[in-house]
Amino acid sequence: MSDKKSKYKEVAYYPGCALEGTGHAYNRSTKALGKALGLKLKEVENWNCCGAMEVKNIDPKLQTYLSSRVMSIAANKMKMDVVMAPCNGCYHNLKRAEYDLEQDQKSRDVVDRLSQKAGHETYQAGQVETIHALDWIKDSIGEEGLKERVKNSLEGIKIANYYGCMYTRPRHIFPEKDKGPDSESTSKPHFMDDLLEAAGAENVDFPLKTACCGGAHTLSDSDTSTKLVANILMAAEAAGAEVIATECPTCHSGLEMHQIRAAKTLGIKTSVKIIYFTQLLGMAMGLKPKAVGLHENVSDSFAFVKQKGLA
Amino acid sequence: MTATTARSVTGIGQCLDALVAGQPGVADAPEMLALGEEILEHWVRAKGKEPTRSEREGFRLLALHRQGADKDPSFNACRETCRELVYHYNLLTLEPDHEATAQRARMMALVANHLYLFISGKMETEQLGEFCCSSRPVRERVDSGTQAQ
Repeated sequence: MSDKKSKYKEVAYYPGCALEGTGHAYNRSTKALGKALGLKLKEVENWNCCGAMEVKNIDPKLQTYLSSRVMSIAANKMKMDVVMAPCNGCYHNLKRAEYDLEQDQKSRDVVDRLSQKAGHETYQAGQVETIHALDWIKDSIGEEGLKERVKNSLEGIKIANYYGCMYTRPRHIFPEKDKGPDSESTSKPHFMDDLLEAAGAENVDFPLKTACCGGAHTLSDSDTSTKLVANILMAAEAAGAEVIATECPTCHSGLEMHQIRAAKTLGIKTSVKIIYFTQLLGMAMGLKPKAVGLHENVSDSFAFVKQKGLA
Repeated sequence: MTATTARSVTGIGQCLDALVAGQPGVADAPEMLALGEEILEHWVRAKGKEPTRSEREGFRLLALHRQGADKDPSFNACRETCRELVYHYNLLTLEPDHEATAQRARMMALVANHLYLFISGKMETEQLGEFCCSSRPVRERVDSGTQAQ
């Protein structure tokens, strides 16, 4: 058994704020998929906001502290050595905090001061490894493991995999990526493609898999976000996709909501379904659509998954 | 590779709207690449620089992107879009008779349109793309004495 395969069997789970709100379907399906695959999640006790983009833009060092607190609890209180964050924003921020603490003395000083003030042990760079839900499934189960467990093949489903921006950018905070064929690529990510293909899906060639969806501007500049999303949806359909698979709650809800808005305000109607990769893999493992939270998505995919034999 | 023209940002958008709505083909590949270069030129000029005439990996578009991202890493949010535009240009011009040519041309139009939408959006709301790369937080700009949003 490889080091990662055994290491990722039980990980600290950091759902983050979005997975308790608009991204609850991602939370539900991640937990259900892990259970179906025999993987254990131990939720980080008393976790806090990672700093998201709001805190980061006001005070980057405070964001580093907030993310470090999550990692400190996992390492020092729960004695875990891996933190899994399914949300791209949380994953990105924890990785960024790790990088800052490794590289910047000033960040270490601020984190130490705030940790002492808050009354918990200061997180030291390298105490935990932060991974994404894609790494978790890819390295603990892998494609072969998934193939052995498939009960409802995704065969006949054409998928465009959309990774969004924060899973791969900026490249320097992901030192484990771009290390050869078995590692993730920052320019052409493929882990989600690999996993869904193993479950039987047909991935289409999708050139906008890391393109900006205008996510952060969805409230302040909705029109730009709607146009960017509409273009992503049209490109997915032009590529022949029936489904856009997602792995980020912000991307997912942005695609779903702007799909509706694009039809209303721009007259651009698209029918491509937007489904979390954990929902697709969960159904492939034999879980019912409700068990993976399909009813919690904004868009309605029930008829589609029934037609494809997944319900 | 392609000549510089003086189309406005709106004009570029109108050309792309027509390409996306129509049935672009191999013959449109240079035009779609040029539209990508032109929107990048607008971005570079908006940052007070003269757009480069040099090429990177054989493409001026990639050199312009690099120039646009200089000291502004959040602009890398369109790095892969630029590379995909070049990739589709190569696909179309090197394999003009390929069975997937119509599909590739349509995709190139949508990729060029995405580049346009991102840059034109960023010219109105500069922080677009900082969600992901967040390389120049507002605080740092305030600290350095430049005008914040």
